Amino acid sequence: MINKKAWDKMKKLSIYIHIPFCVRKCLYCDFLSAPADQEMMRRYVNALCREIIRKSSSYKEYIITTVFIGGGTPSILPGEWIEKIVRVVRENYQMETGCEISLEANPGTITSDKLEHWCRAGVNRLSIGLQSAKNNELEALGRIHSFEDFLCTYELIIKYRFNNINVDLMSAIPMQTLASWQETLKAVCSLNPLPVHISAYSLIVEENTPFYENPPKLPEEDEERNMYKITNDILSDLGYIQYEISNYAKSGYECRHNQVYWRRGNYLGFGLGAASMVENVRYSNIRKLGSYINLCESDLETMEKSSLNHLSKKEQMEEFMFLGLRMVKGVCEEEFYKVFGTAIEETYQGIVEDFCRKGLLKKEFCEETGEHRIMLTRYGIDVSNYVMAEFLLS
Amino acid sequence: MAQIDQSKIRNFCIVAHIDHGKSTLADRIIEMTGLLTSREMQAQVLDNMELERERGITIKAQAVRTIYKAKDGEEYIFNLIDTPGHVDFNYEVSRSLAACDGAILVVDAAQGIEAQTLANVYLALDHNLEVFPVINKIDLPSAEPDRVKNEIEDVIGIEAQDAPLISAKNGIGIDDVLEAVVKKVPAPGGNPENPLQALIFDSIYDSYKGVIIFCRIMEGRVAKGTSIRMMATGATAEVVEVGYFGAGQFIACEELCAGMVGYITASIKNVKDTTVGDTVTDADNPCAEPLPGYKKVNSMVYCGVYPADGAKYPDLRDALEKLQLNDASLRYEPETSIALGFGFRCGFLGLLHLEIIQERLEREYNLDLVTTAPGVIYKVHTTKGEVIELTNPSNLPDPSEIEYMEEPVVSAEIMVTTEFIGSIMELCQERRGRYLGMEYMEETRALLKYELPLNEIIYDFFDALKSRSRGYASFDYELKGYEQSELVKLDILINKEEVDALSFIVHKDSAYERGRKMCEKLKDEIPRHLFEIPIQAAIGGKIIARETVKAMRKDVLAKCYGGDITRKKKLLEKQKEGKKRMRQIGSVEIPQKAFMSVLKLDDK
Repeated sequence: MINKKAWDKMKKLSIYIHIPFCVRKCLYCDFLSAPADQEMMRRYVNALCREIIRKSSSYKEYIITTVFIGGGTPSILPGEWIEKIVRVVRENYQMETGCEISLEANPGTITSDKLEHWCRAGVNRLSIGLQSAKNNELEALGRIHSFEDFLCTYELIIKYRFNNINVDLMSAIPMQTLASWQETLKAVCSLNPLPVHISAYSLIVEENTPFYENPPKLPEEDEERNMYKITNDILSDLGYIQYEISNYAKSGYECRHNQVYWRRGNYLGFGLGAASMVENVRYSNIRKLGSYINLCESDLETMEKSSLNHLSKKEQMEEFMFLGLRMVKGVCEEEFYKVFGTAIEETYQGIVEDFCRKGLLKKEFCEETGEHRIMLTRYGIDVSNYVMAEFLLS
Repeated sequence: MAQIDQSKIRNFCIVAHIDHGKSTLADRIIEMTGLLTSREMQAQVLDNMELERERGITIKAQAVRTIYKAKDGEEYIFNLIDTPGHVDFNYEVSRSLAACDGAILVVDAAQGIEAQTLANVYLALDHNLEVFPVINKIDLPSAEPDRVKNEIEDVIGIEAQDAPLISAKNGIGIDDVLEAVVKKVPAPGGNPENPLQALIFDSIYDSYKGVIIFCRIMEGRVAKGTSIRMMATGATAEVVEVGYFGAGQFIACEELCAGMVGYITASIKNVKDTTVGDTVTDADNPCAEPLPGYKKVNSMVYCGVYPADGAKYPDLRDALEKLQLNDASLRYEPETSIALGFGFRCGFLGLLHLEIIQERLEREYNLDLVTTAPGVIYKVHTTKGEVIELTNPSNLPDPSEIEYMEEPVVSAEIMVTTEFIGSIMELCQERRGRYLGMEYMEETRALLKYELPLNEIIYDFFDALKSRSRGYASFDYELKGYEQSELVKLDILINKEEVDALSFIVHKDSAYERGRKMCEKLKDEIPRHLFEIPIQAAIGGKIIARETVKAMRKDVLAKCYGGDITRKKKLLEKQKEGKKRMRQIGSVEIPQKAFMSVLKLDDK
């Protein structure tokens, strides 16, 4: 057991583990994921474990604060494999007590058996991909489950005493209306117990997806904006706090893992195409499944060479701003100065003022912490790309 | 150097409709006559400029000399002069033709005669060239050589039954073409003892040699040391070097005599002094008269050219200066726009010429440009009795000071298969065309003759023609003259501010339609801002059309998944980059390409 003082001194590291498999690819999905047979999945998991072990020697002085198993659909894997993956992490890295271990799971792939293994593995946070409570909308997205499937799954999860649960929802999807979105939100908000975390993204049609090739009819812009508005209205009434552009949580249940990304903490990505950032060096793994497995089996480097980027100070500043502004509480001016030795105002002359004037950014001073913070306004959140793009230097 | 026997020289060119295989045949001829091995050949040796290769068209005239050992055992000197293949460069074509004694007419075995085939053949016949046909692409499944032969005889009236059947691409029948050149192209005439008379058919600027004159010696001789005088421009110089054209290189020789094609350098600094069509003579022993056919080329199309970054104005000026060294037909003068700052009003031979110059400026000189909608030269007759040649719509006098206006009109010939006659006539009607007549070339094809205002065809007429005839119609035109016309200036207001660079002149009957389309187009081009932007079209202060760019409501990044922020950053970068390519007009950012959007109004 590490005492608190020693713990504070240790460098923090998060781990992301990518499972690139799913039952069927959803029509909007541009993540690295595809259906595969059991044998392929088995080889992959073994390869993945070898990668986790191989890299561990370089991170002995780090302590793992969060683990996130994402995909794809990680819940597609047999329960013992997830257990094995987490065990391999535990055996090779120093874990913080109370380390957040999240797993993404989709209705239709969750069984008692798997839940048992996840519990045994120490998974303490589940993220359930519901997307919508309307079956016609689920179908239009190409999801494999119905809302009823979700309800059964949810009940089962509760039985296994998971209490840190996120439900993923999606607005601005085909067939959706303001009314139906409201019903989806209400349906989630009448779950017992309530999920402590809700992610509500709006659909963005990405290239290389079926939706991009054959664009579906999507809700009109005004309607979509209203969807976004009522999301916060409904959720804040129920005690959820919006802490990021698309994330809402009960106090104390903000996803620690995601905040590592936005605060530019260190993280290691394991698995196909997984992205890492450690001490201001970014890189990703290769994206070809066969090559990835072969390299891992021979204990060779799996990094995509062209992705390696030692971030310059300029790039670090840019990231500090556009990632930090995703969080509702925004960025801290003192922290920026501490990290970069220059003030935000100096680096971004006139930009902050200009956006404040336009009502897109606001400044706040917190007496409690003595911090000056810059954050997006509600309107700024709506057009956050427009704002963030200005924080790129040159 | 041994005296060259005139009877063993063949000066010829190849004429064809675009894409019928002119340049490919030229390549084969060069290859087969042994000057280059196949390995040395980069496809299309004659088209030198990178741009020419990419577009597959010839922009400047080129020449090459090769030696051919004929079946009669004699060696012949072939001077092949490649001519530009676009209506914009018709005058250059006519001068290149005048430098030849014969022409190979290449006709596509599948497509048969097209509008440019006719235009070019008539041009060649006008210059008394001996024209003989070859049928190309005979290996295509759709080839119909016999039909095409008959068509050539019926339509053009030249003998075609023994025309070589070839495939330039696959090297079939090239021998027959070479023999035909020997037999059918007459040897040049001219007496080396007469005073020098040489036709300039092109000139280029070389940073080492100065201007290099491409010429055909009609009479007399020229050698190093000869004092020459350009009869039209009056420029004089002493010859530094003469020579002929190897493939892609200049080969010096002692002298050029009557009948020969070659080059002259004489430390001339500017191609303006050696304009195409001018006659070079011996300053000490001048010929009595210049060669016929010299014409000063005038710009047909004008547009404003501005640097995207105002600080690059001097760079743009330098680049234009350098380009003009090589292109006497390019005109430019400084102008100022409220919207775009300092730039130049440039004159071009046509829209293709404009595009070429624009691309060369961007590519060779690495400039980022904003160009305004191209226009023609209008003649404005004022109440004071003056005539203003208007090249920039912003300079149009107040309507109260205008008596009347005139616009340039062209005679156009459009060749089209009969099934599309209706839709092409409709197009010409829409473009204010005046129907002159129609001739049937054969049962299924007709030649439509129209008079059309130039400003109706410079933008997108060619595209519209192609799209309404599924690519089958072909088109050729020449300037006919000026005609009085009811023209108005259409102004565009963005966020209530008039944007001078978007104004254009249009016939009053098309003004509403154009204004409406322009507003629609700009609505699509201008990105959403944080506020609503009205876009209006107005004539003399009266609003005739309006669109609105709605205020930006939502612009959010998708899920930032698994910590892969690289892609998201690229998205932001793209957004920022896009912003850089904008022009700030008042509080509105207008993308550069919006200034050209008037060009693409006919999206049918």
